[in-house]
Order: sequence, then C-alpha cells, then structure tokens
Amino acid sequence: MSSMYRSIALFTLLALQRVLFAQPETTFHRNGPDDYREGVHAFTHATIFKDYKTKIEDATLLIRDGKVVEVRANVAVPKGAIVHDMKGKFIYPSFIDIYATYGLPDAKPAPRGDGPQMESNVKGAYGWNQAIHSDYSAIKNFTADDKKAEELRKLGFGAVLVHMKDGIARGTGAVVTLGNDKENNLVVKAEASANYSFSKGTSHQDYPESLMGAIALLRQTYYDAQWYKNTKDKKEFNLSMQAWLDNQSLPQIFDANGDWQNILRADKVGDEFGVQYIIKGNGTEYQRIEEVKNTKAKLITTLNFPKAYDVEDPYKALWVSLEEMKNWELAPTNPAALAKAGIDFALTPSDLEKKDEFLPNLRKAVKYGLDSATALKALTFNPATFLNVFDKTGSLEAGKLANFFITSKTLFDDKCEINENWIQGKRYEVKAFEPKDIRGEYALALSNNLSYKLKVAGDVSGPKANLVISDSAKPEVKIVFKENDISLSFNPEKKKEQNKILLTGIIDYAQKSWQGKGQLATGEWISWTATQTKGPDADTSKPAKKDTLDLTKLSKVVYPFISYGNEELPKAENVLFKNGTVWTNESEGNLANTDVIIRNGKIASLGKGLACAECKVVDATNKFVTSGIIDEHSHIAISNGVNEGAESSSAEVRIGDVISSEDINIYRQLSGGVTASQLLHGSANAIGGQSGLVKLRWGYAPEKMKIEGADGFIKFALGENVKQSNWGDRSVVRYPQTRMGVEQTYYNYFTKAKEYEKAMGKTKEAAPRRDLELDALVEIMNKKRFITCHSYVQSEINMLMHVADTFGFKVNTFTHILEGYKVADKMKAHGCYASTFADWWAYKYEVIDAIPYNAAILTKVGVTTAVNSDDAEMARRLNQEAAKSIKYGGLSEIEAWKLCTLNPAKMLHLDSHMGSIKAGKDADIVVWSDNPLSIYARVEKTFIDGIPFYDVDRDAQKREEIRKERARLVQKMLDDKKGGAPTQDPTPKGNMEIKCGDEG
Amino acid sequence: MKTKYISNAKLATICLLSVVYCLKSSAQAPDVPAPAPAQQGKIYLTHATLHVGDGKVLQDATIGFENGKITMLESSPSFKTDETMGKVIDCTGKQIYPGVIATNTIVGLTEIEAVRATNDMNEVGLYNPNARAIISYNTDSRVTPTLRSNGILYAQVTPQGWYIAGTSAVVQLDAWNWEDAAVKSEDGIAMNWPSMFKIKGWWAEPQGYELNKDYDKQVTELKDYFKDAKSYYEAGKHDKVNLRFEAMNGLFSKTKNLYVNVNYVKEILNVIAFAEELGVNLVLVGGKDSYRVADVLAQKKIPVILSKCHDLPDYDDDDIQQPYKTPGILQRAGVLYCISIGAFWQERNLMFEAGTAAAYGLTKEEALEAITINPAKILKVDDRIGTLEKGKDASLIISAGDVLDMKTSKIEYAFIGGRQVDLNNKQKALNEKFSKKYGVN
Repeated sequence: MSSMYRSIALFTLLALQRVLFAQPETTFHRNGPDDYREGVHAFTHATIFKDYKTKIEDATLLIRDGKVVEVRANVAVPKGAIVHDMKGKFIYPSFIDIYATYGLPDAKPAPRGDGPQMESNVKGAYGWNQAIHSDYSAIKNFTADDKKAEELRKLGFGAVLVHMKDGIARGTGAVVTLGNDKENNLVVKAEASANYSFSKGTSHQDYPESLMGAIALLRQTYYDAQWYKNTKDKKEFNLSMQAWLDNQSLPQIFDANGDWQNILRADKVGDEFGVQYIIKGNGTEYQRIEEVKNTKAKLITTLNFPKAYDVEDPYKALWVSLEEMKNWELAPTNPAALAKAGIDFALTPSDLEKKDEFLPNLRKAVKYGLDSATALKALTFNPATFLNVFDKTGSLEAGKLANFFITSKTLFDDKCEINENWIQGKRYEVKAFEPKDIRGEYALALSNNLSYKLKVAGDVSGPKANLVISDSAKPEVKIVFKENDISLSFNPEKKKEQNKILLTGIIDYAQKSWQGKGQLATGEWISWTATQTKGPDADTSKPAKKDTLDLTKLSKVVYPFISYGNEELPKAENVLFKNGTVWTNESEGNLANTDVIIRNGKIASLGKGLACAECKVVDATNKFVTSGIIDEHSHIAISNGVNEGAESSSAEVRIGDVISSEDINIYRQLSGGVTASQLLHGSANAIGGQSGLVKLRWGYAPEKMKIEGADGFIKFALGENVKQSNWGDRSVVRYPQTRMGVEQTYYNYFTKAKEYEKAMGKTKEAAPRRDLELDALVEIMNKKRFITCHSYVQSEINMLMHVADTFGFKVNTFTHILEGYKVADKMKAHGCYASTFADWWAYKYEVIDAIPYNAAILTKVGVTTAVNSDDAEMARRLNQEAAKSIKYGGLSEIEAWKLCTLNPAKMLHLDSHMGSIKAGKDADIVVWSDNPLSIYARVEKTFIDGIPFYDVDRDAQKREEIRKERARLVQKMLDDKKGGAPTQDPTPKGNMEIKCGDEG
Repeated sequence: MKTKYISNAKLATICLLSVVYCLKSSAQAPDVPAPAPAQQGKIYLTHATLHVGDGKVLQDATIGFENGKITMLESSPSFKTDETMGKVIDCTGKQIYPGVIATNTIVGLTEIEAVRATNDMNEVGLYNPNARAIISYNTDSRVTPTLRSNGILYAQVTPQGWYIAGTSAVVQLDAWNWEDAAVKSEDGIAMNWPSMFKIKGWWAEPQGYELNKDYDKQVTELKDYFKDAKSYYEAGKHDKVNLRFEAMNGLFSKTKNLYVNVNYVKEILNVIAFAEELGVNLVLVGGKDSYRVADVLAQKKIPVILSKCHDLPDYDDDDIQQPYKTPGILQRAGVLYCISIGAFWQERNLMFEAGTAAAYGLTKEEALEAITINPAKILKVDDRIGTLEKGKDASLIISAGDVLDMKTSKIEYAFIGGRQVDLNNKQKALNEKFSKKYGVN
C-alpha cells in the first residue's frame, strides 16, 4: 500500500471510530481489528454506599466506559446495559491505599566500599547525601503486577499510592489503579506525593547514623534547597536539589516509622519550614493522642495490630513488658481514638505481614469503637483528598472511576465476603457469589423404582444432604453443584459396603426439580428425578453471640506508656515539709528541725515552726530535705542514637530533637533523687551535638520535659574516642586520628565559622548558604551556646582552652575531666567548670592517671566541680558518688553535696532557679531517709516544680498494680491463644544502655 | 591514730626504718609499693569496735596476733598493754573488720581494658579448663594497690571467655610474685553458660535482643564435653594425656568448684540440672535472677557469687531497686551467697555494693559477711580467712568509720597474715604531688 492510501485508510478508520464509539484517543498503534467495548453495566437493587457517609437502599449503579454514570434509586437502565441484579448485595467505593509500594522494584543500594563511607557512592549530578532520593519518581519506575494487584483487590482496594520506601527523601509517589492493563491506562495521578522518612534505608553513607542526624539532614536540606533556589550565580548543578524543590508543591507525606514521638518530631521539622506533612504513624498514636492532635497533621495509620504473646512459660513471659501487653490490648482502639480526637486519618494495610488480616482488623477496629463511616472515610475519602484525587476516586459519583466492590453483607459483618472488585469498569472476581438456594426436602425417585426422601440443609453455599429412611437411618448424601450442574452420591444401606449410587444431572431452578442419569453399584445406568416437596427450614440458628467487649474494662493509657506510668499526669502540690534537716546549699548551711513550704511549683519559705493551711504536710522528722540532684552528664531518655559520629563535627544535631519521655530510667533516677539532667550527645567526634536540658518530669511529653529558657549547650570531645583509638583497625579514615589533628579540627571549624559569620552579615544576595553546623559554632563564639567537653588528658584540656581563647570564648565545662587535677590552676584561670567521674579509671589508656581525688583537688583550687554519671545506673547514686569526695580528699559534707546539686546547676546556668533550697527557686525537692551522703540514705519523695514524681509508698503500690495488670493480661493472652488466635514468641530483653565515658 | 612503739630496740629500729622508707617512697611515688615483710613480734589492736564477721560486734575490743595468726580477741575495756607485749595500736573510735574478699574478678589479669596487650583473661577456644589464672596474675598491677587501700585484701582471680574460661585462683593482694600471692593456686573451674539470647547491633548502639537459636545445641555440646571429661576422670590412667581434662579432674573428685556465670532464671535452672547430672559442686556466678529461685538454691545448697548490687533491673516492669534487694532476699531464704562486682578497678567499691544491700534489706553485719566470710566459705578458704577468730590468719582492716559507707570508709591500716600492708598507691602519690603544687590539702 502506498503511503498515501495508507494515510487515507487510517484517517477513515479513526474517523469512524470516533463517530461510532467515541473511543478515547490513544497514541498506541494496534495490530488487528479494534476490540473496543463500551462496558455499560447496571447494578440494580443494591445497597450502595455512594460515599463513606451516604448509603442508598435499593439503588442502581450505572457505569460506562470505566466511569460512574449515575448512582441512585430508580435509575432508568439504558437499553443494552448489562444488568446485574444485586438484590441483597452491597456496593462500596473501592479503597485507596495511601502507603503502597506496589509495582515498584526493590530499592537497590549504591555499591558499598570497605571501611567508612564519608561521601555518596551514587554516580551522577546528584546531591551529597545518598539518603536523599528526592529525584526518585515512582511513576517512572512503575510496572503493573497483576499478582500483587490481586492481593490488594481481594481486600477491596482499587487504587494505591505507590512510592519507594527507601531513604530520608523518597522522591514522588504516583496514584495508580489496581487494574490489569497497560500501565498507561492505570495512572490516576502521576505526581501525587513527595515522601520522606527518618530512615536512611539502603544508603551506606555513614551520615546520618542516628535519628537526630536524620532530622538535622532534613533540616539542612530545606535550607540548602532555599539557597539553591535563590542563588542565581552558583557553580553547582544538583539534580537532587532541583527535584526537592519541584516536589514541594505536592502533598508531603512523612513516614514517622517509630512510636508517636516520631510524629511530633516530623511535625516539628515541617513547622520550621512551613510544611504540613501528612504523617504516617505506627499505631501507637492513642498513647499520646492530645499531642498527636496538636500537630494538626493528617495521619496515616496502620491496622497492623500486635499479636498476643505466647506466655505459657512464665519465665519467658518476663520478656514481655507490660507496655507490650497493654499495647496488644489497646492497639485496636487506636483508630477509634484518632476518630474521637477529630484527627483526619487514612488507614493502610501496608504494614500487615499477612494481607488477609486487613478486613478482620478493620472490623476489629470498629468493634473497638471506630464508627463504620469513619472507617470507610479512612479508606476512601481521606486518602483521596489527602492526595488530591477525590475528583477521580474515593466515592461513586458521576465521572469518577468505576472503582467499587460488591459484598455479600455489610462490610463490617464478620461473615461479609467481597465477591467482586470492579476497577475502571472491569470486573475482578474475588469470591463467587453465593449460589441459589437448593435447600429443602425432595422426593428422590430412581428409575429402578427406588425412592427416597432427601433433605438438603445447612449453608446455602455449602449445603449438607442426607436421605431420611427412618429416625435412625439417615445416610449422608454427598452433593456437589454449580449453576445448573449437580451430582449426588450416597449409600442407602449402611451395612452393605461398596453399594454407592452415583447420580448426575441438571437443576431446573424454576421448577425446583432436578433430573438426570445415574449409575448403580452394579454399573447399571438409571434415570432419576428429585422434586422439591418442602422449602428450606426457617433459619433457627441463634444469632451470633453478641460481642461482649466492654471497652471500659481495657487497660488504661498511662503516661508514659510503660511500667510505673500514671493514668493522670501528677500536678503541682503545695506542701509543708515539717521538721526535717534541711540542706540548703546556701549560706545558712544545713539546718536541723526546719520546715520548708513549697507553693505553686516554687519554694515559698523555709524556717522553723512554719504553718501553711492549704498545704499537704510531709513529716520530715529524722529525715533530710534537699534540693534535687542534677546530672551534668546523662544519656538517658534519648531515642535512636546518642552519637552522630560519622564526621568529626556534628554541631548541627540536637538531642533536643530526640528526647524520649518513654524511658524507665527517668523513673528509676527519680528514685535516686535526680530532678534534672543534661542529655548529652556522645563523644564519638570532636564537635558533637547540641544538648537537651531536661527535668525528669515523668510522663510529660518530651517537649514538656525540656527546661524552659535554658541556655544552649553542645558536646565536644577529646582523646581516644575522637581519634577512634578503640574502634578497630578499619576506623583509620576519619580525620583526626591524633591529638594534633583534634586541635586542627577545632581551628578549622572555628575559622570557617568566623568567615561564615562575617559573610552572613553581608547583603542577602551575597550571603552564603545557611549552615546549621556553622551556626552552632558561631553561637559558641558569641557566648550563646556553651561547651561541655568530654576530656581526660591534660595536654588536650590545655589545648582546648587555648582554642577558646583564640576565638574569644570560654570552655564552659570539661566533663569527665579525669586529669583536671593536673591543670586545675589553668582551668581556674580560664574560668571553666569541671564535671568529673568520682573514681573511674583504667578502662582505657588515657585514663591511666585518673584519680579519685580529682573532685577534691579541683574544688580546693577553686574550680566549681560536679560529679556526673554518664551511666543510667550510677545516676541514681550520684549522692554516693559525691560522698566519695569526702573519702578521697576530705571535702566537707556541704562541699560534697554541692558536687551533685548546686555546682552542676551552676555549670548548666540553672542556679538562678535550681540547685539549692531558697525561697523563689523551683520546688525541686528530695526527702531522704538518712544523711543524703550516706550509703544508707534512701529517697522517699522526689518533687519537681512542686509536682510529686516519686514516692516510695506509691512505688510499692505501683509494683502491686503492675503485677496484677500483667497477670490479667497474661490470662487474656492465654485465652486468645486457646481461642486459636495467632501468637508471637516473646523476644528476650534485658538491660541495654549507652554511655560515652568508656565508649561512644 | 596513735601508734605506740615499745622499747624493744630492734623492733623500734625496724619500725623506724619502715617509716623512713615510707616517707621516701611516697616522695618517689612508686606505682606499686613493696609487699610487707612477715610479721615481727606480736601486734595488738586495742579499744576498737571489732566486727568479727560472723554477725558479732565487740565493743572496745582488742585483737592480738602473732606469726600471722590471730592469737586473741576479746571485748575487754580493761585490757592492759605493757611494754613486753610488742606493737600496740590504739584503735579507739576505729572499726576493725576482716579483710574484704573480691570474688570473680579480673584484677591482675588486665591493666587497661581498652589496651589489648594488657588483657590476659580470655584464652582462645571454647574449652580452656587448664588455662590457669594464677599464671596471668600480675602482682605488680597498678590496680591492686588501689583495692588494698580500700580494704580489699583477697581476690578470686577468674578467667573469662566461652565456655570454659579456665581455672581460677585465690590470691592475697600483697605479694612479690604469683607463687607468693597464691592462697589457692587452683581454685575452681570458671565457666560461662550459653545465653538464651544475644544483643543485636554494636556496642555503641545496641539494637535490642534476639533469641540464641543455638542455645540447646550449645548446652548439649557442653554437656557432652563434661561427660567426656568425667569418663576421662573415672578411667584413671591414660596412655595419652588430655591436659584439658586433667584440669577438670578436681571437679569430679569434688575438690574444685564449678563456677558458672549465669543470670537468666531459665538458664539458672538449666545449669542446676546440668551440675546435678554431672555430680559437680556448682557455684552460680552473676545470678541476677537468683532471687526468683532463692528457695531452690537454699534447698539444694547452691551458693551464689552475686554480681552486682549497683545494677539496673533487667526489665522495665521489675522492682526498680531489685538489684539492691536481691542480697536481702537470698539472705532470708538461707542461700549461701556473696556480693561481687565481676570487674577489676571497680572492685575497690565492693564494700559500697554491700552497703547498698544493707540499705535495702541486709543488716550491716550481714552485708559485711557478704564480702568476708561468705566468699571465704564459697571459696573454701574459711578455715584461714573471712572472720576474725583465734587461729585464723590475721588479715584485717582498720577503718576510721563504717567501712560500708563511702562517707566514713577510710582504711588506715591493713594486715594480711599479720603483715602490715603499705596502703600507698600511685593515685595517692599523684594527689600529694598536685595538692602540693597548688598548696591545697
């Protein structure tokens, strides 16, 4: 055919198609005649959920060409429509999974080298960090996979957001349907979301290695992007930056893959940059619903409820914490809790190990208080509106995709089955519709003159049949049928073996009769008929037992959500401590038979014979009353890593980003009289991260533990950890590896910071990129941030003071400072503080000259000195550690006591309101059974800001409550197991803690 | 404290010389002071509060010793000294205790934890019963003097490592060489029981625990090894000597204890069954969960070297002070136990571990027993040390105050077998050196 003829023919063909079928245009060439089908279907007499809240009885759904035409009662079915009688059936808009990876290849890590990886291994014009995959495009990588699609279709899903779950920035996601078609026809929205997380995924690049590092990287990337956008004349082209910027206009989805605390953390990062993330939680939101609500974030949450633990062995059951047991019981209440709090959320099946748990768990959530409309909303309207695709899917309205599924009962009925899921107007069978009812009594007549009474009963879809010969003789009849086809087999006489009669035939539903041919045991062929003589028996089975779940009997949410948590957060009390020995830490010294009044969270007065009408009275006779212990060096209450040690400086990371309220050590330390702590970054690098200063407000959310208005601090470190001396033979790459290099690291960073500060002062166009790392160093030089430096050996203590002098600031505190006694005079001259271990030594070479007299010498020379813990266990015995300075060096009791109270308050710049018993200071009060410096002293009460957080009697009660609650939940889990529920094995636990003195 | 020198010219000279030596030595700050010479003449410590170590406390009491052995002790305010008696130290206001015994320690087997060259407690391989701690034991350790000066006079030096770590030794802490140090050069076999779980992640960032799937297999292997050893023992003579099994013979002849480091309660029960099957004298070491089965341990008379009180509970749901309370529970149940730390430089705080236990359930005298006579009984050296009794070694400490409380614990004198131990150490010397530099004291 010449090209001219061909063109004409093609034109004619296309024109014809358009006229006749209004077929959508396509760029695809075809092989052979077209097979376009308009697909007009009418689903009549159904109960239709047009959207999550609109139910229409006896309604018709009309679809055409993959889209909804109309949904309402009394639709005139157009001529030629294929009619599906849906009487007794239910139709729902298909669900949308907002958190799928469907159709994407597994994330492939860039090649990994030997040893530390300081830079990205990704080749090309991409960004510096391998965990930022902002350039990834799900749509470009998407391929339909019918087998995987089927898994989700079976659950009622019609569309999903596909995105890559790898990295901190994960690029864009696409909304696609789960149809079995060419990818081009499945895309609902190609660029539907930009996705993020705290997890670096397959990246082998060392940075970031902690949660706070991931947060810092996110934060810095936002600033970098601003710079990239606003700077015209720049040398750098960066695909990752470009994509990051392009993605900002999309819905921003954040996987806060951890507990509820990560939701708050993600939201906080977003707030800093005017981004409101849609945040994915892990189902623990109910544990702190108020705070979660206050983020104002839309949420995605899981239906992956924990399985019961197998607690048959009470010793293995020790491995299951009360927290886990409670979460097992309460996790199904999470969706209801979100709904009750008025939080908009979407539900996803993505975390389910076994996808077929989805519907049972959805129903479970409803049983646990979620209303069914909100459940539907969380799977239709919400994901659709979150992703801006509600114009296409999420309800059954004219013009939207014909994505719906048909069920046998209402979705929340345990016996409900999904029969068909229609996607873009195409039918996908999930489970065949229930067959027609053949139950009843039949007169079965065989052509050899035998006749029987046949009774068919049981389930409609799987009926059981038997002959009724006499009251005792009711031989079973095996019955198999599908549509019109039926077969029966039976042995009418019990005694005789090998006497089976085999029948096959067809059903005439209208006449309620069956007929066909059969074969006797002899091989002789016969004819047969069965005629219904009586319809099926009325359903006499008792309705399913009403679920007796009493939601008020479930475990209570406690704060924090671990053992020893409180149902109500304790509140400040006004208290009169009567007739105690009061250690003031003030010029009054230690006062016998003295009263202290605390009121509204502050110390109101102290003196003899005080009265306070509104006060609770604590009889402190023969007891000691002190201000709370302050731990200058602590690593408790930190989530996912205390070190961001990939590089020699991590000044940009902030412990304040990762404070955890859910650490039992908070409570344990309250029992040791600790009321405030500096939560420090580890000592893995020369310039560590920024500190978090907290009060141990047990049960209060992380942000509420922070000390209001506290100065900013930062961890520095010297010596073996910084130069990686004890990290093994591979760790010889990171600069510095010597104490010489440590010094130069500081000079380099502070020099850069000085230049940066200067440049920042210039006009906006000329200003350099905002650099959070250098910002922190500039703050140090401007005395807005203060150094706590992990230190052992005198040469480098001396060195850092010189560095500080050079750049015009003071080192605030040398912590650990085991050779401080060798340079105590220099430290005093420099004006710094010392915070030391009482008696640690010999754990590494650089502490070989550590002596327990250190605190005493430093004190005597005039350096304000503290003892610190760096150890979750020792922190609750800091009084004992302070007392060692009496033994070693002969400090007075008053001097010794200040080592763990007033002096750390001074070095943390908190002494204006903490550290002593003085009217007007914070009511951080501890009542001791004995001289607090004695080993026999036990803490009886600990108050912070007047709030009672620890009480020895209450502690004993709590132990009893824990025992009882565990016992109740163990019994319940055993019942669950007995009832056939799947269980999980307890995982071993034990003490794990992180410290930096000897290691990190 | 007043020291009264008698007019025995010879003894006075010796004392004087030793004073001169001490002054000189402190100026030169030897890292490790010289071991004390043998006791010369009689020594009497008078007017002391004397903690016998068996629960008795004698007020205003005198203890006398000669040739390294205790010859008298009585509570007699009227006890008169005269010039013929020898050395008399007036201990008015002081507390005298038996020397403290550190068990399950690696003192002398390591100097600096992070410096591999100094570590001599982990032999290669899974079964090292014949590796003897006494051979590694370094009498010139810089750590030992810091223990002595706090009142720790004896140590059970114990190898570490999987599964059979080696043979422990009991040493006195003031010696020229290991032969000199040995109280019992081959004490018992130290073993680590396989753990049912292991830590994931790495040391700086532990990532939780996981089950040790090989636990049962490992226990079986261990049991098979012991069965082979027992068969070797029972067979008597051998053409081919197995040095490892030779070292284990004492277990089956019951002259050696089997010290098994084990903490989790199920493992403890497994170990008990293991020891009963093999017929060996079991001592539990670690024993964190021992309180959960205290009645079993009492009934089966299984001793526990408990490590340690200053510890966190294993589980969030536990009594937050459980480790402080465990000694009290074992005591009330009638278990023979002692308190240990299981480390080296940290052992100087052993008395305070006991002190904490005294704040949470023990009496002070029971707490003292937990670091003196109880370890002596477990190590089977109670015929010589552990209490202050006539005929036993004059191994004792004199403290300015309650030794269990750091606020008052100040060791002023220590005697090992009657020898007055030099309580100096390098840390004291550094203290003096720099205090002097700054003019502070």
